[in-house]
Amino acid sequence: MKITRAEVEHVSRLARLALSEAELDSLTGEMDAILDYVEQLKTLDTEGIVPTAHAVPMENAFRPDEIRPGFTPEQALANAPDVAESAFRVSRIIE
Amino acid sequence: MMQGYETVIGLEVHAQMTTKTKIFCGCSTEFGQTPNSQTCPVCLGLPGALPVLNQRVVEFAIKTGLATNCQIAPRSLFARKNYFYPDLPKGYQISQFELPVCEHGWLDIDLEDGKTKRIGITRAHMEEDAGKLMHGDKPETAGSSLVDLNRACTPLLEIVSEPDMRSPEEAIAYLKKLHQIVVYLGVCDGNLEEGSFRCDANVSVRPYGQAEFGTRAELKNINSFRFIKQAIEYEVERQIDLIEGGGKVLQETRLFDSNTGMTRSMRGKEEAHDYRYFPDPDLVPLVIGPEWVEQVRGTLPELPDAKRTRFVEELGLSVYDAEVLAADRALADYFDACATLAKDAKTCANWIMGDVLRKLKETGESIAEAPVSPQLLTGLLARIADHTISGKIAKSVFEKMWQSGQSADQIIAADGLKQVTDTGAIEVLVDEVIAANPDQVSEYLGGKDKLIGFFVGKVMQASQGKANPGMVNQLLKKKLTGK
Amino acid sequence: MTIYDLTMAELRTRLDSREISAVEVTNAYLDRITATGPDINTFITVCTDTAVAEAQAADQALAAGTAAPLTGLPIAVKDIFNATGIRTTCGSRILGNFISPYDATAIARIKEQRAVIIGKLNMDEFAMGSSNENSAFGPVRNPWNLTHVPGGSSGGSAACVSARQAAAALGTDTGGSIRQPASYCSVVGLKPTYGRVSRYGVVAYASSLDQVGPITRDVRDCALLLQAIAGYDPADSTSVNTPTPDYQASLTGDLQGLRIGMPQEYFIEGLDDDVRKALEQAAATYRDLGAEVIEVSLPHTAYAVACYYLIATAEASSNLARYDGVRYGLRADNAENLIDMYMQSRAAGFGAEVKRRIMLGTYALSSGYYDAYYLKAQKVRTLIRQDFLDAFEKVDTLLTPVAPTPAFALGEKVNDPLQMYLSDIYTIPANLAGTCAMSLPCGFSANGLPIGLQLIGKPFDEATLLHTAHAFEQATEWHQRKPEF
Repeated sequence: MKITRAEVEHVSRLARLALSEAELDSLTGEMDAILDYVEQLKTLDTEGIVPTAHAVPMENAFRPDEIRPGFTPEQALANAPDVAESAFRVSRIIE
Repeated sequence: MMQGYETVIGLEVHAQMTTKTKIFCGCSTEFGQTPNSQTCPVCLGLPGALPVLNQRVVEFAIKTGLATNCQIAPRSLFARKNYFYPDLPKGYQISQFELPVCEHGWLDIDLEDGKTKRIGITRAHMEEDAGKLMHGDKPETAGSSLVDLNRACTPLLEIVSEPDMRSPEEAIAYLKKLHQIVVYLGVCDGNLEEGSFRCDANVSVRPYGQAEFGTRAELKNINSFRFIKQAIEYEVERQIDLIEGGGKVLQETRLFDSNTGMTRSMRGKEEAHDYRYFPDPDLVPLVIGPEWVEQVRGTLPELPDAKRTRFVEELGLSVYDAEVLAADRALADYFDACATLAKDAKTCANWIMGDVLRKLKETGESIAEAPVSPQLLTGLLARIADHTISGKIAKSVFEKMWQSGQSADQIIAADGLKQVTDTGAIEVLVDEVIAANPDQVSEYLGGKDKLIGFFVGKVMQASQGKANPGMVNQLLKKKLTGK
Repeated sequence: MTIYDLTMAELRTRLDSREISAVEVTNAYLDRITATGPDINTFITVCTDTAVAEAQAADQALAAGTAAPLTGLPIAVKDIFNATGIRTTCGSRILGNFISPYDATAIARIKEQRAVIIGKLNMDEFAMGSSNENSAFGPVRNPWNLTHVPGGSSGGSAACVSARQAAAALGTDTGGSIRQPASYCSVVGLKPTYGRVSRYGVVAYASSLDQVGPITRDVRDCALLLQAIAGYDPADSTSVNTPTPDYQASLTGDLQGLRIGMPQEYFIEGLDDDVRKALEQAAATYRDLGAEVIEVSLPHTAYAVACYYLIATAEASSNLARYDGVRYGLRADNAENLIDMYMQSRAAGFGAEVKRRIMLGTYALSSGYYDAYYLKAQKVRTLIRQDFLDAFEKVDTLLTPVAPTPAFALGEKVNDPLQMYLSDIYTIPANLAGTCAMSLPCGFSANGLPIGLQLIGKPFDEATLLHTAHAFEQATEWHQRKPEF
C-alpha cells in the first residue's frame, strides 16, 4: 500500500475537503494506484540535476512602485456571498 | 537567572515596508481607509490574477539587510506558504522559504553594564501581509467576523534573530535597535500600535550548562516594548514551573494578554500546520548582482551607531548627549546642520536638547516642523557668543523666535535688547546700587561673599537685563573692595 | 455561401470589402448556436446581447476604416477566461454565479481589435480532464460522432470550431488540453511556448504548465489569432519579453531543407493502427514536400505522465485553495463553524476529478513527501526538457501522434482515472519542456473519427511550427472536411 485510508483522511483535512466514507474508500484506491504508477520516477538517477522551477529561464520581473487604479468597494464585494459594513462576512472567529 | 535556569530568546519582527504600493500589485498601502477600498484582482485573490514584484520592496530589503550586516543573496526565490484562513485570500501567503534575500547578519546591542553584545540575525525575507479580521460590533454583525483586504498584500520584511538573547532587557535592546534602524532607513514607519512593526518572541529555558535548547513557545500579540518584558517574564516563570512540576513545555503558539500579563495557548483553535512550501511558479527568481547591492549601499544614510561615534569623537559631545541626538534621524540632521554653522557643537547640543526639545514637546510639533531652523538657532547662538545679548536674554529671544519665526537679529533690533557692555554705563548703575544698599555693602565687606549675587541681581534689574553680567560682576567687586 | 463555413481569413476579406456586415456574421453564428448548441452542449454562456452590440461597434470601425485583423470576427472562449461582466464558471459549481470584474489580457487584446466574444465554452472542470466529461454542466459531444468525446479539457472549444459555431476559439493547454481535443475534432490547435501568451486573467490550474492558445479551422486562422494574443504582458511575471514575429509571413509553404524528427519513443505498442498509418502517411507527405524526416530519441518520454501528475496536481492544489466561499462562489449554508464551512463548500462545489487532483497534489507537497514526489518530479522535468533541447540540435521540428487513439466513447474511461491520464502521453512532454506544439488534422480512422498529427517546435519558434503545418495543410485536404451537422 502506498497510502492508507487514514493518510487520505489527513490529507483531506489539509485540503479542506469533506469526504464521505464512500469517497474516502474510492480515493484511497485511486491514489494508491496513481502513487504506485509514479514510483517509477525513483528509478531515474537525478543526482546533481537542478529542478526546473520555470520551464523557460527567466529572472527579475518587476513593476515600479506606482499606484494603479483598482476596484471600488462595491466592485470588490460584488461577488461576495455575504457582506456587512463594507467587508466580507464570515461566521465569528474566536482567537 | 531564577533557580539555575537560563532564558533563551529569539525574536521575529515583521516590519511593514513604507512603499506607496503593495508588494505584488499597484494598490495603495495607505492605512485607515474604508474597508476593501484598496483592492484589485491580485490582492483579492480573484481567479486568474497574478503577482508582479514591486522593485522598491527589493531595494528596501537590500537596504535593511546591509544596515544589519547581512549577506544579500545573489539569487533568491519566492515560495508559497499554504494554509486556509479568511484573511488570506489565495489560501496561501507568498513568502520566501529556502532562499531568502538576506542572511547571516548581526546587530550589536548595549548592555546595562556598558558592554556590548552581538545578536545574530539568521535571515530577513520579503512576504505579503494578510488582510484584517474585524469583529462585528453592531447587533446585526455581532456573531460575525468581517474581512477587510486593504492590508492584504502589503509588503513585509520578516527579520529573524538567532536565539542569542538571554534576558528581557537584551530583547528590548535588540528590538529598539532594530526599530531605530528601519525608521532611520525610511523603510518602515515603526508604528507598533498600527501594526507596522510587529514582534513575536520565541522563548525557552534550559538548565545552566546544558548545550541543547529547551522546547520553545512562540509568543504573539505583543504590541509595545513594555509588554515584551512582561510577556517574557511571565512565560519564563510558566515554563520553569511546568518543568519543575514534572511537565513538558509544548512547542506551541501562545497569545499575550496585556490585561492579565499572561500568555495563553492558541492550540485547539488551530491545528498543527503543514505549510507545504514550494517555489511560487507565478514568480521568477530574484537575481541581485553586486552592482545593485553597491548602488543601494550608496544610498544608505549614516546609521545611529556611526552618528553617535562621530558626535562623541569628532564633535566632542558626551555619550549621553550623542545618544539623545542620534536617536532620531531628523533630530540628528538638525543638530548636524547647527554644528556645521556654529562650530561650537556643545552649545548647539545644549540648546537643542534643552530648549528646542522642550518647545517641541509643548507644541506637539516634530523637529521637521520647528519654526526655528538650524540657521535661525545658530544665528541666536552667534549673538550670545559675540556678547550682543546675554544667555538669559537669549532665552526670551528664542521664545519670540519660535512664536514669530523671525531671526534673532530682527527681534534684538525691534526690542532694543542689545547687551550693554559699555563700562561707563554699567559703572553708573553699579554706583547707584551700592549707594542704595549700605547695609548689604557692610555685610559683604564683613565677609558675606555670597551677597555679590544680590548686587549683581540689582544691577541687572536696573539695566533691564541688558548689562553684560560678567562685566557687572567685575565692576561690582572692584567698586566694593577696591580690587 | 454559408457565412459560418467561412474561415476567419475569408470573413476578413468580405467584411473589409463590406460585402457582409459584422452584425450579419454574428447573427449567423448566434442562429447556428441556437440550432446546434444543445446537441453537443458546447456553450455554458451565450453572449447574445453583448455580442450584437460588439458587432455593431465593429461595423462602425469598418465604416470608419479603422478595422483591425480580428474586427467583427465572432470568437468563443473557454470558460476559463475572465471577461468583464460575463459569468465565468471554469466548468465548475464552485464559482457559483461569479461575474468577472476584469478582463484577461488575451481577452483584452482581442477586444481591442473589436472581435466579437460570442460565448463562454464548456470545459473539463478547472481544465482537469481529457474528455470534457468532468464538467458540472454536462459533457460535450464530438460533432463527428455524438456518442464520442470531443477530448479535453478544451472540449467545448474544439467542438465549437469543428461544428462551425464560432469563427475560432481560445482555449488553454496544460497537458494537451488544446491539442488533443483539436485532433479529436479535426481542427487546428496550437499551444504556444510557455511565456509567449499572457496568463493574466486565465484561471490557473498548473501555473508552470498552463498556456493560452488558438483553436481554428486552418493554419492561417491560427497564425492570425496567435498574432493578436501573443506578446509580453507586464501583468504576468512569467511572460517573456521577446519580440513577436509576423506569423502570416512564415506561411510560405517551402519546406526545402527543413529537418523533421520522429521520436521513436512515441511510436510504440499501444498506438492505434489507424493513427500509426496516418502518421506514416504524413511523414511521406513531408518527404514529398522536400523535408528531411529522420528518427530521433527523447529517452525520458515514458516518465512524462508521472512527472506531470505530480507537478500539475501540486500546483493545482495550491491554486484552488482560494475557492473557500469567503469572497466569491459557492458557500455552504449549513456549516457549524469556519473550518466546516470551508470543507462543506469545497466538497459541494468541486467534482470528483478535481478533488482527486487536489488530494494528490496536497499529498505530493506534504511534509515528508515533498522531496520524494514534487522535488523529484521537478528534477525529472529538467531531464525531459533537455531531451527536447538535444533533439532540436538535430532537427527543426518533431512529428508525432497527438493521442494514442482517436476519440473514445463517452463513459469509456471515466472509471479509470489512470487510464485517462495515460492518454495524454504524447502531449504532456511539450508542456513539461515549456516549448510550443500544435495539432492539425491528418486523417480519419476506419470508423470516421478524426486523427491529428502533432508538430513540436523549438522554444519561441512558433513561426517554424506554423510554416511546417501550413505546408502540410496545403498539400492535403483534411482541413476542408467538416462534420455532418
